[in-house]
Amino acid sequence: MSSARIILRATAETAAPEAERKLTWYELAWESGFVRKLLIILILAVIWEAYGRYLDNPLLFPTLSETLRALYDRVLDGSLPARAWASIQVLLMGYVIGVALAGTLTILAINTRLGSDFLETMTAMLSPLPAIALLPLALIWFGLGNGSLVFILIHSVLWPVALNTHSGFRGVSQTLRMVGRNSDLRGLNYVFKILIPAAFPSILSGLKIGWAFTWRTLIAAELVFGVSSGKGGLGWFIFENRNLLDIPNVFAGLLTVILIGLVVENLVFRTLERRTVVRWGMQN
Amino acid sequence: MTSPATDGRSGNEQSAGGALLDVSSVTLRYKTPSAAVTATERVSFSVNPADRFVLLGPSGCGKSTLLKAVGGYMHPSEGSITIKGRPVKGPGPDRMMVFQEFDQLLPWKTVLHNVMFPLINARKLDRKSAEAKARHYIEKVGLTRAADSYPHTLSGGMKQRVAIARGMAMEPDILLMDEPFAALDALTRRTCQDELLQLWDETRFTVLFVTHSIAEAIKIGNRILLLSPHPGRVKAEVVDVDTASPTDGSAGRLEKEIHDLLFA
Repeated sequence: MSSARIILRATAETAAPEAERKLTWYELAWESGFVRKLLIILILAVIWEAYGRYLDNPLLFPTLSETLRALYDRVLDGSLPARAWASIQVLLMGYVIGVALAGTLTILAINTRLGSDFLETMTAMLSPLPAIALLPLALIWFGLGNGSLVFILIHSVLWPVALNTHSGFRGVSQTLRMVGRNSDLRGLNYVFKILIPAAFPSILSGLKIGWAFTWRTLIAAELVFGVSSGKGGLGWFIFENRNLLDIPNVFAGLLTVILIGLVVENLVFRTLERRTVVRWGMQN
Repeated sequence: MTSPATDGRSGNEQSAGGALLDVSSVTLRYKTPSAAVTATERVSFSVNPADRFVLLGPSGCGKSTLLKAVGGYMHPSEGSITIKGRPVKGPGPDRMMVFQEFDQLLPWKTVLHNVMFPLINARKLDRKSAEAKARHYIEKVGLTRAADSYPHTLSGGMKQRVAIARGMAMEPDILLMDEPFAALDALTRRTCQDELLQLWDETRFTVLFVTHSIAEAIKIGNRILLLSPHPGRVKAEVVDVDTASPTDGSAGRLEKEIHDLLFA
């Protein structure tokens, strides 16, 4: 029996096969989510155009080119941008107030047991209630105007944001909480420096869901009661043009709703995600 | 120096004036949904400045609970804990904790800002001096190149080093370490232990270290408190652990002795 020993290997100096290779341009393009999604949209657009031409009935289903022409004309004469702006103004007002209320409620809920009970009860009761069902009541309380719209928008954003934020706060790990208290953080300081960043993935998804809810609620509400103070929003634009049987304009209105949704999702929220949770490794 | 000795009760009584941390007949209880558990019963020990004091025992001996009580996260139902004569009332920056979990770093802050975080929030330093101090300690744990990285890009060993740097940068009265190397692989654990000892050689801080590994306790500590489980009670105290050397086999003998005592 020989004793244990170490035998050193001479490191091979032969040329290694290529360890790294540049990607070709189409491989690079395929790696980009934007390019892949654009491709999907292009295919859908071609199908739309083909079906519209096959049907040949602009009253039922205008082609994509007719819709785009209508969109172009309405943008040029300024009517569509004005309507979209009117909608967005009301929307932002409701959204900001709703998010602020949700934040206050959740901070109260995380600090006191009674606040937590209150939040849980209120969310359980009011979250399933469609905002649009409150519209008749809101019209009586706040009259025909932006007040009613803002009221139901707050209702549609408050509960999902509060629910997500609260569950995010409760999911913050015990270790991080102890680290925060070890650094002498208390009260609001503790909430803003530990809880909110640690729960940011859930807060962000709450904000996204809240945004989608308010946007849908607003368009629906405008379709029902539409005009306020002389000029309505996008929902009213769609409703009006349907009454005039100007279907390409209806499609142009719908397309605008979709476009604004896409822009907010891809520019605002995606950027926010990239700068925060993705960079912090809390989400891929 | 005497040879390592294990005496029956917590011998080596210190004069109360010299002790930095004094834990006297502390009983800790906590409630689970179905029962009230006694984690430790009448545990007493005292830690002197520049001690590397190790709490050692099998799982269920309440060593982590004891450390949390010293950290101020739990209140003893009996007995008292004082640090430099002040009773411990709650968590505070005079007792910095280093945890076992890798998620103790704030994922939304870079290494540098993680180390600066308690300096700014608890010590109220301005950003500039906090940064200088943080960089100094980051260099001490050998992470200068990773100072601007986010925690999720670091390995487990690097994360624990950052946590140690964060604790040391505060220059607390005592550093509380809750099995900080338990989740590391064997090779990294050894390097981290060596680095911790080297840091101690340079700055002579006081540390209270919890572990369930006898070998780690002998390597890290100069004093070891042996705890028996269910409920945690002091079984013995090992003093002058420094004199046990791994080269002449005395560390191995001490390890066996402690093992026999704990699992007798």
